[in-house]
Amino acid sequence: MRWAAAIRKEIMEQWRTSRLLVLLVVLGFFGMASPLMAKFMPELIAFVPGGEQFAMLIPTPTIQDAFVQYVKNTSQFAVLLAIFLSMGAVVQEKERGTAVMMLSKPLERGTFLLSKFVAIAFSFLVSLLVAGVLGYYYTVFLFQAPDAGQWLALNLLIWLYCLVYIAITLLGSTLARSQAVAVGVGFGALLVLALFGSFPAVNVYLPAQLITWSGELFSHPGVQYWSSVWISLGIIVACLLAAWLSFRKQEL
Amino acid sequence: MAAITTHDLVKVYGKVRAVDGLNLTVAEGTIFGFLGPNGAGKTTTIRMLTGMASPSAGSAQVAGVDLGADGQVRQKIGYLPEEPAFYTWMNPLEYLEYVGRLFGLPAKQRRQRARDLLERVDLAQVAKRRIGGFSRGMRQRLGLAQALVNQPVVLFLDEPVSALDPAGRKEVLDLIEGLRGQCTVFMSTHILADVERVCDTVGIIDQGKLIEEANQVELLGRYTVPAFVVECEPEAQAPFQAWTERLRSLPWVVSVNVENSSARVVVRDLRQARLALLEEATAAHLPLRRYEVVTPSLEDVFLRLVGNHKEGQA
Repeated sequence: MRWAAAIRKEIMEQWRTSRLLVLLVVLGFFGMASPLMAKFMPELIAFVPGGEQFAMLIPTPTIQDAFVQYVKNTSQFAVLLAIFLSMGAVVQEKERGTAVMMLSKPLERGTFLLSKFVAIAFSFLVSLLVAGVLGYYYTVFLFQAPDAGQWLALNLLIWLYCLVYIAITLLGSTLARSQAVAVGVGFGALLVLALFGSFPAVNVYLPAQLITWSGELFSHPGVQYWSSVWISLGIIVACLLAAWLSFRKQEL
Repeated sequence: MAAITTHDLVKVYGKVRAVDGLNLTVAEGTIFGFLGPNGAGKTTTIRMLTGMASPSAGSAQVAGVDLGADGQVRQKIGYLPEEPAFYTWMNPLEYLEYVGRLFGLPAKQRRQRARDLLERVDLAQVAKRRIGGFSRGMRQRLGLAQALVNQPVVLFLDEPVSALDPAGRKEVLDLIEGLRGQCTVFMSTHILADVERVCDTVGIIDQGKLIEEANQVELLGRYTVPAFVVECEPEAQAPFQAWTERLRSLPWVVSVNVENSSARVVVRDLRQARLALLEEATAAHLPLRRYEVVTPSLEDVFLRLVGNHKEGQA
């Protein structure tokens, strides 16, 4: 009952504070615009003064270009939004005093934390599904129909990638005394994982490989990177566990 | 039966002992005023009793539940912090219903309770207006409502009126007074007039230590000074001065402090002096303007106790 109440409140907050709307608009826009950009890239470049020569060099766009554009645009913006929308989740409630009001009621700290993660994850799932539907529609319209199951898998991989950064930033938000520190933890993790990703032997295990996998789903359907899925899930669980262990001992 | 008991409760922050061996007993059904100057340890005590901070040492029981017993105490208490903060995007009805959900109230009961409470704190007309636009007084009243959703056994109020204007203070104090007999109220404040108005029992804390705890009437009685204030018309100042000189020589007079045409006479026995002092004044043909037994206010007692405590520490 308390679980349901806390998750319901968090999802309601996502909507009422326009966070879900921002996600829907941004990811929906890139979902829609990516196939368009792939299709009309030569024309767009030709519009730029002196760009006609380069446009001539660009091969005729294919459905593969639409996939690449979609994965690149949505994953880049989604991960930035994942950090920005999670940074204040806990620290802001502690700063404002709303956490004290709620946690003096029979609401467990673990429930408080996890409901926030679930609500943000839900917002990203809905927004990526909307972006996916728009992207799928325009891809069919401008190129050809991709396999719907693979298209769904592509979006779920991007979602899982976002969940890693939501969990890391949520941990930062629990440990930190300000939103700036929380956002620093999120971007710091992004930087550190990118540095590790420069080693090819390590790269295949990191969350960024999820994005590589989603980009290759159609071009190399047989290639799979399950290890990065398990590592990503491990990071998510570890961050949430660390956040809970820290939060349950914090004095409000 | 006691609603709250603490045994040698201690809270240390670095080198500061914010609460220093607090032993407190609050009887069930009373409105307990927890008095102390700023920084005395009032809020820290409340934070420990509500489970928001862990004691460094000692133990406590609230509503029959030991502190730290898996947060069970939260089911039985209500808490209003000094500056209640709300989700500003919610309206009061949604907020109270959400609190009701956390307490596991069934839907019908939850809605009815929320509406009743909004009626009680005079916010029914704005039940569906965003909390973000509320004044401080409205937030404080909503804060009181949310603390009452579960019909708490013990209600903790941390400086509930210190930030309010006189009208807001009166409204909230009336609401607190209305809780008498329904639950035990533990109210921290540094405003003595509020305690005098609503509290039955008083505890005075200074530098983390409880320096006095008693029923308010008993406390005032305990610190009553056997003294009179006598004042005469200004034109009779000369004979008045002579009269006060004479008083100093009487065996039942302890001291006389004179200021212009007013004197404070401390006596050995109030009953004996009640008759004798007036006779003396009549015999001296003094045109009296004022003649009364000094009754101490809670402020006098508080200042005396806190002052004595500080002197003792020095």
